[in-house]
Amino acid sequence: MRGGLVEMSVRATVISQLEEIRQGSKKALLPLTDDLVLLDSGLDSLQIAILVTRLEDTLGFDPFTESDITIPPVTLGDFIGLYEHAAQSR
Amino acid sequence: MSTPPNHGRFLWEILSNKDCSSRFLWGSDGQVAIGDLLQGSCLGDRRQELTGRSVLLSTHDQLAAAVVLIELDGIASRIVICPPDITAEHFPALIEKSGADAVVSDYELPDHACRHGVLRIVAGTVSPAWFQPVEHRATEWVLLTSGTTSAPKMIVHNLASLIAPIGAGTNPGSDVVWGTFYDIRRYGGLQIFLRALLGNGSMVFSGASESPTDHLARLAGRGVTHLSGTPSHWRRALMSPEAQRISPPYIRLSGEIADQAILNTLHAFYPNAAISHAFASTEAGVAFEVKDGLAGFPASLLGRHGDVELKVIDDSLRIRSGRIASRYLDNPSRVLADEDGFVDTGDIVELCGDRYYFLGRGNGVINVGGLKVYPEEVEAVINRHPAVRMSMVRSRRNPITGSLVSADVLLKESEPDGAATIRIEILEICRQSLPPHKVPATVRYVSSLDVAAAGKLARPRA
Repeated sequence: MRGGLVEMSVRATVISQLEEIRQGSKKALLPLTDDLVLLDSGLDSLQIAILVTRLEDTLGFDPFTESDITIPPVTLGDFIGLYEHAAQSR
Repeated sequence: MSTPPNHGRFLWEILSNKDCSSRFLWGSDGQVAIGDLLQGSCLGDRRQELTGRSVLLSTHDQLAAAVVLIELDGIASRIVICPPDITAEHFPALIEKSGADAVVSDYELPDHACRHGVLRIVAGTVSPAWFQPVEHRATEWVLLTSGTTSAPKMIVHNLASLIAPIGAGTNPGSDVVWGTFYDIRRYGGLQIFLRALLGNGSMVFSGASESPTDHLARLAGRGVTHLSGTPSHWRRALMSPEAQRISPPYIRLSGEIADQAILNTLHAFYPNAAISHAFASTEAGVAFEVKDGLAGFPASLLGRHGDVELKVIDDSLRIRSGRIASRYLDNPSRVLADEDGFVDTGDIVELCGDRYYFLGRGNGVINVGGLKVYPEEVEAVINRHPAVRMSMVRSRRNPITGSLVSADVLLKESEPDGAATIRIEILEICRQSLPPHKVPATVRYVSSLDVAAAGKLARPRA
């Protein structure tokens, strides 16, 4: 079940980095479920940008710049899926 | 050129020559019918007191700023337009430098905001009003750059230079609804506001504390047809579920490098939209619009004679046109254009085949989602930490905001015990002293930083 392990670790990495960045947020923090709209997660677009950069440093890739057309992730589930898909196709 | 695109010398006169019966300006908390505005005022009897004055305009609400601009163009001698991040603490210096003798706001100014003798007028809602005809004048429009944390640059335009890029026959339909993710108190947003007014359209303004999602919902509710923003604005918008509720036939990008990825993504998301990216700066005005869906711009735009002339010197794009600003108000001796009238944009371009592509800023300025960051001001903050010997702040590419701030830090001791703690402390100092977009997204320890012959940090170019 190697694929499963990779998936979990990508998911866990995204969640832990996201939690770290949003700790400083003054807004009420919603629980991180897959259907949570990313822009409602307590992160503004600058913080989402920082999240993508930190994930690039941790995971070694950035799914946004690896293809010319990326359907923008709306929910946290979409966002994690983008990273899991990129991790699997590497 | 048979007929001039717009009849009239100032905004009120231009609007009076049009049918404004079904045109609106929609804010987050209210709306103004342009027809009512032409028969009324948000300043009431006090408008006359502003005749010939140099006015500092500061509002919480964009719609209030829009209404005052329409009313005072042609009446005030100068309008200094404060963007939303300029607050009352900046007023004494701005009033001093701009020679303002009046402040118009949509809130009560704190006492310390301006000295005795400066007229203060609070704009209200638009009510019917009639005024004695006054002699109209060419009002100076002064825009402020986002600049450093210290003094913003004050850039002087007039209505003629601002509307020069807006051609005859611009969106002539009365069902056109403009919107922008920009603020109209900056050059990019002001261009959209003027396009809405000079065409026959209406416009939706974002609210001061409105979320991007709520703004998009209102744009959808008003049936926005023409929508503009920076590539970063658009990337953020597409992450909102409301993005699916709009289908503007016209999409415009400006203010940052539009890369092929965002152009392709927008085309995939809004297949029926005409997508263009414009190159503009507050100093140089709008230089050109690219409509072929490709990043960069055709090399054939260079060397042409016409309204706008472009040339590339030392890889930096230079522009001459009737759209450029006239001067800096805060420092008249600062050079805006060279002796031939060309403005050096500081944007570095590279020729690849028959197209030029933007590489970044020649002076090292980092563009984070349309906001400028000077590396030196961030370095100065980082260097305050006692463990830091020196630092170099640079741009790091980012798919959401175009660029982010990244810091290379050289510590006094190599590998000290508390390296991890020092990193947290450095970020804490930055958060206390800098707005969020200037705080480094990443801090990396390095073992050396290159210093060039002149004793300055060797910065990678562009």
